[in-house]
Amino acid sequence: MIELRGVKKKFGDQVILDGVDFVVRDGETVALLGPSGTGKSVLLKHIIGLIKPDAGQVLVDGLHVARLKRKELAQLRYKIGYVFQNGALFDSDNVFENVRLGISDEAKYSDADYARERVAHVIKLVNLPAEVIDKYPAELSGGMRKRVGIARAIVGEPKYLLYDEPTSGLDPVNSDIIDGLVERLSDELGVTGIMVTHDVRGAFRVADRLALLSGGKIIMQGTQEEFLASKDPKVREFLERDFENPSNAAA
Amino acid sequence: MATAATTSDPRVLIGRAVLGGLAHVGRISMLVVEIFRGLKEVRIWVPRAFVEAWNIGVGSMFIVLLVSAFAGGVTAYQAGYQFTGSLPYYVVGTLVTESIVLELGPVLVGLILAGRIGARYAAELGTMRVTEQIDALESLGRSPASHLIIPRVVAGLIMIPVLVIFADIVGVAAGLWAAKQVLPLTTADFTYGAQYFWRPFDAYYSLIKAFFFAAAITIIPCYMGFSTGQGAEGVGRSTTAAVVSSSVLILLLDVVLAKVLLNS
Repeated sequence: MIELRGVKKKFGDQVILDGVDFVVRDGETVALLGPSGTGKSVLLKHIIGLIKPDAGQVLVDGLHVARLKRKELAQLRYKIGYVFQNGALFDSDNVFENVRLGISDEAKYSDADYARERVAHVIKLVNLPAEVIDKYPAELSGGMRKRVGIARAIVGEPKYLLYDEPTSGLDPVNSDIIDGLVERLSDELGVTGIMVTHDVRGAFRVADRLALLSGGKIIMQGTQEEFLASKDPKVREFLERDFENPSNAAA
Repeated sequence: MATAATTSDPRVLIGRAVLGGLAHVGRISMLVVEIFRGLKEVRIWVPRAFVEAWNIGVGSMFIVLLVSAFAGGVTAYQAGYQFTGSLPYYVVGTLVTESIVLELGPVLVGLILAGRIGARYAAELGTMRVTEQIDALESLGRSPASHLIIPRVVAGLIMIPVLVIFADIVGVAAGLWAAKQVLPLTTADFTYGAQYFWRPFDAYYSLIKAFFFAAAITIIPCYMGFSTGQGAEGVGRSTTAAVVSSSVLILLLDVVLAKVLLNS
């Protein structure tokens, strides 16, 4: 289980998170919604310990992430796959080496046969052709890079998957492919997921529950139906930005 | 108004500059600690260090040899111009050899490589920072120090002294050739002059300087790259700061090492 309790974070004078309380239970996929620049990615980075909170607690499986020692943090990170907004693939390595780096078990990482087989398996799982393995990130399209990023995140068989805007910058067709992939991975691998997005349609398709971050706080958490029924003006404003008719979302 | 008055107060500005400088020193020290911690991950950094060493050595050889040859030649021409009729010709051999080995070889190579390698390291790591590649490495539970910093620092610490040895040899050889063009000087005269004041420590001194300069050329740009702010502008700023800082540090180290190793 992932739990944030009263998490606060400031960069300079700018308050990003102002007491965030947020829970993700094992096995569920939660979409973290919110307009751009509200601190969704910052929140996600707290979970994996890339950013430490100024106040509050971040707990993963009961462990205080900010208090973990170096080795303990590395161990925790092996359990979490993180899909970065723009892939964050290593430019100087080909797809195989990029994905292989996600194999957390050192013995398996060093076993060339296992690594090649495992990388080929996850490349297939994210619907990429086998020949991309030898290509470099610069030779791939935006959608392919995102899928390689997902492959890298899942190759180590993580318990949790954190997606940072997996569909941003993609055309609707590629966005649908990625949303379908997130949905499928959740079903097939049974991982617990958090998907940061401002794409309400994608969130409704993929997530079991939704949470809306606004003004540094989670202003609402709930199911699609609860969101659609909400009278909160901030929730309405956010939903109606994506849906002319909110009922379309449930369809 | 109060804010403007406060920020123009020289005591405040000096205080901020000192605190900022101390913060940099603290963070660089932490980076050095990370480097030592990551050294045990030999399997990760050794193959990458070979690639970096090749890039530094082969990639920089031409410019290093070119500059050292010109430095040796010009030193010989100037020595010939100044000493003709006043000192024995063999002194040119002394002057060229000592100037190149003690000062010009390591310092010129250091300054050139601060631009060539320092800029590259800061730009590479800065780009990796702003495109979240360094965050990605950390998120995979891997150490950015052993994957990115140690290979670069180790390669620099090994290859920069090697380049300085080449620079010293080529600089002296070019000085000999140039001296023979303008003075009635034989190779034996030049060699006699070179050996007359030569001490084996001179060669060690050249290498010790090269080693310290290599640390400045690699660690400072890696730190600057890692500390890069947002976007392309941040990468540009880090790259410039890396070249300027490592060049200034080379000059400071030059003074300190001369005082400590030659005059103590």
